Formats: sequence, C-alpha cells, structure tokens
Amino acid sequence: MDVNAFLDGFGLVTEPQNLLYCLIGVLVGMLIGVLPGLGPAATIAILLPITYSIDPVSAIIMLAGIYYGAQYGGTITSVLLRLPGEASSVVTVFDGFALAKQGKAGTALGIAAIGSFVGATVSILGLTLVAPLIAGWALSFGDPEYAALALLGVLLVATIGNGNKLKAMLAAAFGLLLATIGRDSFSGAERFTFGSLQLTEGIDFVVVAMGLFGVGEILYNLEERHGKPHVPAAVANIWPSRKDLKQSSGAIGRGSLIGFVLGVLPGGGAVMSSLAAYATEKRISKHPERFGRGAIEGVAAPETANNAAATSSFIPLLTLGIPANASMAMLFGALLILGISPGPQLVEERPDLFWGVINSMYIGNLILLVLSIPLVGIFVRILRVRPAILAPITALITILGVYTINNSTFDIFVMIVFGLIGYLMKKVGFEPGPMVLAFVLGSIVEDGVRRSMLIFDGDPTGFFTRPISGTILAAFVLVALWPAAKAALARRKAATVAAAPAERDDADTPTR
Amino acid sequence: MSDERTPTPEPGQDILAEIQAEVAHELEEERPPAGGPAYQVVGALVALVVGLGGVVLSYGYGLGSPRQPGPGLWPFVVSIAITLMAVALLVVGRTLTDSEKVTRSSVLPAVGLLTFIVLALLMPVIGFEIPSLLLCVVWLRFLGGESWRSTIITSILTVAAFYFLFLYGLRIPLPHLF
Repeated sequence: MDVNAFLDGFGLVTEPQNLLYCLIGVLVGMLIGVLPGLGPAATIAILLPITYSIDPVSAIIMLAGIYYGAQYGGTITSVLLRLPGEASSVVTVFDGFALAKQGKAGTALGIAAIGSFVGATVSILGLTLVAPLIAGWALSFGDPEYAALALLGVLLVATIGNGNKLKAMLAAAFGLLLATIGRDSFSGAERFTFGSLQLTEGIDFVVVAMGLFGVGEILYNLEERHGKPHVPAAVANIWPSRKDLKQSSGAIGRGSLIGFVLGVLPGGGAVMSSLAAYATEKRISKHPERFGRGAIEGVAAPETANNAAATSSFIPLLTLGIPANASMAMLFGALLILGISPGPQLVEERPDLFWGVINSMYIGNLILLVLSIPLVGIFVRILRVRPAILAPITALITILGVYTINNSTFDIFVMIVFGLIGYLMKKVGFEPGPMVLAFVLGSIVEDGVRRSMLIFDGDPTGFFTRPISGTILAAFVLVALWPAAKAALARRKAATVAAAPAERDDADTPTR
Repeated sequence: MSDERTPTPEPGQDILAEIQAEVAHELEEERPPAGGPAYQVVGALVALVVGLGGVVLSYGYGLGSPRQPGPGLWPFVVSIAITLMAVALLVVGRTLTDSEKVTRSSVLPAVGLLTFIVLALLMPVIGFEIPSLLLCVVWLRFLGGESWRSTIITSILTVAAFYFLFLYGLRIPLPHLF
C-alpha cells in the first residue's frame, strides 16, 4: 500500500470544501434513510447532474456519503415507526420496535448507532488494506476476464435480489439490449436509433437512471404512500448503559465481519448481510426466544452488518470496476460522467480520488455517529414532515436537474419515458435495479466479448481455457443454474419424505 | 444428524428462511392487492415483443462471423435470450403474485406524469418559474391533499428556493422568465 497516497487522501478530505460535501452527503443520506419512499439509489440518481458542476472528488465523496448515511437513517424509522426506511433495516424492525414499545427506543437507537459506526469503521479498515491488493491483482485482467466478470456481476445482482429470478434476469437482459442503442463503436453502424439524431450517441446513463429510479419511484410513491400518518414513539435516554453495550458487543463484532464479507459479493450487500447477522445471533443465542421480543442484539447485529456491508461494497467498484448493487451502479455512472473509468488502474491513475473517497468514509462515519446520537431528536421531528410536501420538491429536483445536464428538453422527455417504464415495471412485478446495472455494464460486456473474439480468432472456447475467465464463467454457470438445481433438490427431498414417512418421524425432532 | 437424506433442513437455514418469510410478510402489508395472471401475461408478452423485435432488427444490422463479429451479433444474442426468457415466463409465471393492481389511486401517478410533460413543454417557452409553481400546486393540493394555505406557502417557498439555488447558487442557466 502506498502510504503517501493514503496520507495525501486524508489531506484532501480535510479540505474545507470536501468536508462540507461529505457532511451534505451523509446528512442527505440520513434524511432519505429516515423518510420512507426514496431509497439511496434513487436519491443518488436524482442528484447525479450535480456531478457536472462540482469537483469530481467532492462529488463522489458526497454521493458515497448518501449511500452509507442512508443505512444510519433507516434504523430510526424501523425502531420508532415499525417502518423500515431502507430494505436493509427490515430485520431491525422486529426487536427495535419491541424495544421501543418497552420504552427503550433510545437504547435501541444508541446501540444501533454505535454498532453502525464500529461496523463501518472495521469495514473501511478492511477496505483500506484489501482494495489495493485486489486492484494490483486485477491489473493483469484482459478483455475476456472483464467480459466474464461484468456478466457475472449482472447475473449475481439479478439472482440474489428479492423477487422472481427469471424476471430479474429478463430485466437485466433488457438493460444489456438498451446499452446497444446508438452508434456501434467498432463498425460505426447505427443500431436501434430509428433515424433519430439524438439517439446516435446512445442513451445517456444519467437520464435512464433518473427516469427508472427517480421518476419511477416518485410516481410509485405517489400512489402508495399517502394518507398514513404515523406518530413516532418518544425517545429518551439515547446513551446505552454499560450492560447494554456488553450484551451487544459480541453481536457488533460478528456483525462487522459478516457485513464486510457479504458486502463484497455482488448483489449481496446490506440487505443480505443484515438478515444473515440477525440469523447468526439468533442461532448462537442461549435464549433464541428473546429475539423478536426486544433483544438488543437483534438491533445491534443487523445494523452493524448493513453498515459494514455498505462500506465493503465499494471494494468491487473501486478495484474491479464492477458495481455490486444499484447504488454502486449509480456511483459507477457518476465516475464515468467525470471521465474516470473505475477499475484496477484507478488506484494508480487517480490516487486522489481512490484514497479521497475511502478516507472520506472514516470522517463521514464519525459525523454520522455524532449526528445520530445527540441529534436524534431532530431526525425524529423530521419524521413528522408529510410525504405530500416532499413529493413535488423531489419531482422538481429531478426535472430541473436532468435538464441542466445538456440544457436539453429532449432529455426530460427521455427521462419521463423511462420513468413511465420504471413505474409500469414495478406494477407488473419487475425490479428496475438489474436493468440499470446491466445498462451500465452493457458496453463493457459487449466490447469485452468482441475484442476477445478477435484475440481468440473467432474461437469462443478461449473464454474457458484462460484460467481466470474460465473460473469466473464456471461460477456464472453455477449461479445461473443454482435456482433450478435447488428446486430439483427440494422436489427430490419432498419425494424422499413422502416415500419414507417412518424415517421422517425419527428425523423430525426439532434441532433448534 | 449424519443421515444425508434427512428431510429436516439445517437449523441455521431454517432460521434464515423463517426471517425471510417474516420480512416478506412485513412488506406485504404495505402493498396493494396483486394484479393476477392477466398482469403477468401482459408483462411477459411485452418482453416477448421486445425480444422478437430485437432479433429481427439486429439480424438486419449484420451478424458477421465469430471471427469478425458484426454490429448485430451481440444485440442478436441478447434478444434471443430475452425471447427465450419471455416464453419461459409466459409458461411458468402466470401464478406469480408480485404484480400490483391498477386501482383508482393509479390516477395519481398518471396526473403526476402529465404535470411532468406540461412542465417540459412550457419551460423552454415561458421559463421554469410558472410551470414549477403549477406543478407544486397540483401535487400538493390535488395529489397530496394539503390545505390551500399549506399549498400556497410551500409552492412559493419551493420555487423561490430553486430560483436562487440554480441561478445564483450553482449558476446554472435554467430558462427563466424573471
């Protein structure tokens, strides 16, 4: 690791301007985490145009802050309202709300904030140490490896998420097709432009993302979320007692590790790790029946893990150039806008950005800890702002923002079209996430495949005979066939059970 | 528990599955009723049309050969994948419950979308201030059910804030009237 570059990164972060953007980022993140409705991916999408007008490093620091700040904010609504602000805080609801009902909301929030801080910091340390190593190793990757890796990334995000796998893969394939619109970079031929001049340069990623995530989600919320007034529980005594801390320390430690590891995996990230951390605590607890009735570990574990995961999901983006989830895809797009292609060369070519972003997280999390313990009362008050008041503000930010990118009304209409598509997709049960991610990675996959075919002289088996791309593709096949295999296995098990009911009686004694 | 064929799932997996089910249930309460098979079929059919259209168009762009891939080869492969998955979805997806019924409240997003279009049409002509104000009024009063007092105050404050933010704060030249 280049210690000088690392220290220079700190110098950069502590410049007043960058500190200010870091503060704005985590504040916005916390706000949208607290307010149900827009998630971090949608918020980053809506704010993407700002990257055109401010310094690149500051822009990425701010957008990153939104992402990890949202994980802190999501806790507050889970505990106080039984409404998870973020998907990764859903499991926190069980014990968090139970604690709030017992008048211990403050304790739950305090422990969650401390756990979040510890988890994130452990994860940043890991990121600091591991990221340069991975980047160094990945420098030897060629076109076939990148094509395979990007494909695996798309597939993992599509299959690990919630909802129907087939639909998610279909949405991802749409994204890949969408990415081919415009002039082909190899032959100069126009594809799917239908004679439109504006489409020859392809569809702007920012416009697609703002439409699918931003407008789509705004419209969707307009339909669902009104007329539900919630009164938050009172919060007192935010500083956890020594006993609470002692009781949760194990959960925080394990949550940090689980979150760090799962966060690195594409598609995994915050949601999966919060579930896994909660399940682990319940499994190893001597009194699993306490969970769901106000066990403090049930808040500490998932909140620690989701912050650790949010942090470590930066690793594949900053070292391989593969976004691990929808929010990372937004950051990937932001980097592309700034003329920076994320990948293993980033740490060498733009050490200021690489270390600036990583080191800003140490400071951002410190700010979040300060914001979420003493200032929790203010955020609780924000919960009383009606969604109806915020809706037109977000709508205006989106429309005016997308216009400013190219001063083009055409972009507004393209965004509206994608907003409608995003809304309708949600209505018929398709998630727009995999589509946006595949759209971002589409040209990497296509260019990689085509250049590889030239290298291999038209022989596609070349992908499989190179060790790294072969391994990645083997993993691809495994992941693609896993749901089918699991279903088949379950059927066989069911058949065995039906065939041998006597045996079943023996084996069915509870093992929990 | 050494018997491999034992039907009892591993205890750990069991808890995780339990939690996932709980989470799904938790989120379900928030959602409107499912749309039923017709929604699923429409979704799959749209995907099928896109897939087939992609196949035909990209074939026209020229597939080339594996040694010299043409501009149409990659979109052709992707479109084939879309077509196959759409057919599969048509067969197995009819009973899914992940769609949402279009109800009377679906008028709200439709009106919202309309205000987006009106703003986009009017902004280059008369600047962003008046269309933005109109959008705020429609969203607050008619889509959000706010009182007139709250509507007027919030709308004026919002537009004023945007005016100063864009024109003076970020120095971005939005088309403006004043």
